[in-house]
Amino acid sequence: MFSYVLKRFLQSILVMLFVAFVCFVLSNYVGDPVNNMVGQEATIADRAALRQELGLNDPIVFQFGRFVNRAVKGDFGISYRQQRPVKVLLQERLPATLELVLISAILALSVGIPCGVYTGLHRDNWVSRVILSTSLVGVSLPTFVTGILLIYIFSVTFNVLPSYGRGTVVKAGFWTTGFLTATGWKALILPSVTLCLYQLTLILRIVRSEMLEVLRTDYIKFARARGLTNRAVHFGHALKNTLIPVITVTGLQVGSLVAFSIITETVFQWPGMGFLFIQAVLFADIPIMVAYMTLVALFFVIINLIVDLLYFVVDPRLRIERRVAG
Amino acid sequence: MGWLKRVMDHDIFYSFTRSWVIMLAAFITLFIIITSVFAPWLTVHDPFNPSSLTLTDAFTPPIWVSGGQWTYPLGTDDQGRDILSTIMFGNRISLLVGFLSVLLAMLIGVTLGTLSGYIGGWLDSLIMRLADAQLTVPPILIALLINGVARASLMRELQESLVIYVLVFSIGIAAWPQYARVTRSGAMVERNKEYIAASRVIGVHPVAIMVRHIIPNVMGPTLVLATIGIPLAIIIEATLSFLGVGVPPTTPSLGTLIRIGNEFLFSGEWWITIFPALALVVLVLSVNLIGDWLRDTFNPKLR
Repeated sequence: MFSYVLKRFLQSILVMLFVAFVCFVLSNYVGDPVNNMVGQEATIADRAALRQELGLNDPIVFQFGRFVNRAVKGDFGISYRQQRPVKVLLQERLPATLELVLISAILALSVGIPCGVYTGLHRDNWVSRVILSTSLVGVSLPTFVTGILLIYIFSVTFNVLPSYGRGTVVKAGFWTTGFLTATGWKALILPSVTLCLYQLTLILRIVRSEMLEVLRTDYIKFARARGLTNRAVHFGHALKNTLIPVITVTGLQVGSLVAFSIITETVFQWPGMGFLFIQAVLFADIPIMVAYMTLVALFFVIINLIVDLLYFVVDPRLRIERRVAG
Repeated sequence: MGWLKRVMDHDIFYSFTRSWVIMLAAFITLFIIITSVFAPWLTVHDPFNPSSLTLTDAFTPPIWVSGGQWTYPLGTDDQGRDILSTIMFGNRISLLVGFLSVLLAMLIGVTLGTLSGYIGGWLDSLIMRLADAQLTVPPILIALLINGVARASLMRELQESLVIYVLVFSIGIAAWPQYARVTRSGAMVERNKEYIAASRVIGVHPVAIMVRHIIPNVMGPTLVLATIGIPLAIIIEATLSFLGVGVPPTTPSLGTLIRIGNEFLFSGEWWITIFPALALVVLVLSVNLIGDWLRDTFNPKLR
């Protein structure tokens, strides 16, 4: 068990180093950092001096080491376009994205899993059919189309919900939260529904197909033959075994929520990291791109680690195999 | 016409005709493809040729709203472009990018998957590790990153002409791992069969074995994956265009149209964004339905 954890941990560090290397190559060799930092009027002597001062003439290994050193401390340099330290920008934007992702994840899980279980158990119900058709449409709707449609219905036609911004936020230390104000919650509704829709339909379909598979197995037939009630069979036996692959998929989906948050934040002008990243891509602002990639990679690696460990804990078969093997 | 009779006798054709939803979806998809191929001849004017636009016709609403004209059935946008024509032209780009990127992903994925499954060993571990690493990151993010890097590193003049290739490349790269995995598992099953052993004994070259025997036999699940991959590629392309990092405004796709229209949503000209959005949803939904049906039909467990 311990060796497994250690191995996964080392793997994660390797992945992070790889991502750091890609980011490093990007930040130093795509375009010229010196050109991007000084204006047009700087003389050649000035540029050479700046180059020396930034250490761009040192061997690559040294530069990479410095890059990693700084990155670990959170220092990613200064944004080309906004001329402010990237760290400060990230700090300002991170709470917004994290709150949005949290609410969307909770929504997707709390609606998706029950619906999936219901459609798995009652296959030919008309309610199931309605849910399934809606889910098919949900998979076909790109996130930004959902956002625009929701804005059109609730903001333009009925004018009940705000279509941009976060509402009033309360500052607590370095965190700004929208949870404590009414306008904050109102502003959160449309973006989180938009963001969670795609994940919800995916989770629903996966839970449903897993449920159908599990219900066909022999031990379920035997449990029924023994005379257990439907409730005991479904929730005592079937559901527990359904949840194992669902956990893995859910973990990965939380990761992809971060990716889709880019789109949602752009549609709703939500001041989060995704919005920052898109503007960085549009303006070739490399420091922000690098910082975002590193943060997202870190996020994914941590989630994958947690999911793997959770998988190990939840599935007793893995533990027995390990004990027998070692 | 004997082959037509054989097609109609097949049980897959039977399951096709049983479901009116699938037949409708197939018809709609075919309709969209044909109208987009023949768009230059079917449309009132070429929406992206500035000389054919009349600015005075800008902001015409659709025909069922007062002020609409029959020449512009779905209205016009802020520069006098007919929305129906822009949708038809936009479909072209969306379909093209969707199709080509899936083709690229299949090319890379099937090649690497067959190599990985047939040869095995360290090559297998390497390719699978790479695929696993890439599968953890959502395809949209990968496509976005590759696009962003390409924009930052290519010069401006090159950018305009290369954008479509960069787009196809980025979406293709984002999607190859799943094709590789499916092909690999198929190849691993095939390689243990006797006819492969026989070919090896005769002395057929490994590459010939892979190309002539393994690949044709593992293409089934890959093609089904492709039918699900095409709508996903179309969605990714529309998303990138909507965000502004996709196709340039001179050859807009549906995503770009939606972005352009978004600015006018609040001032009341809803048709500029709603119709391209609906067109996108209809296209993706139809192809998704067909893909779902294909997957269910070819699933050996359900037959």
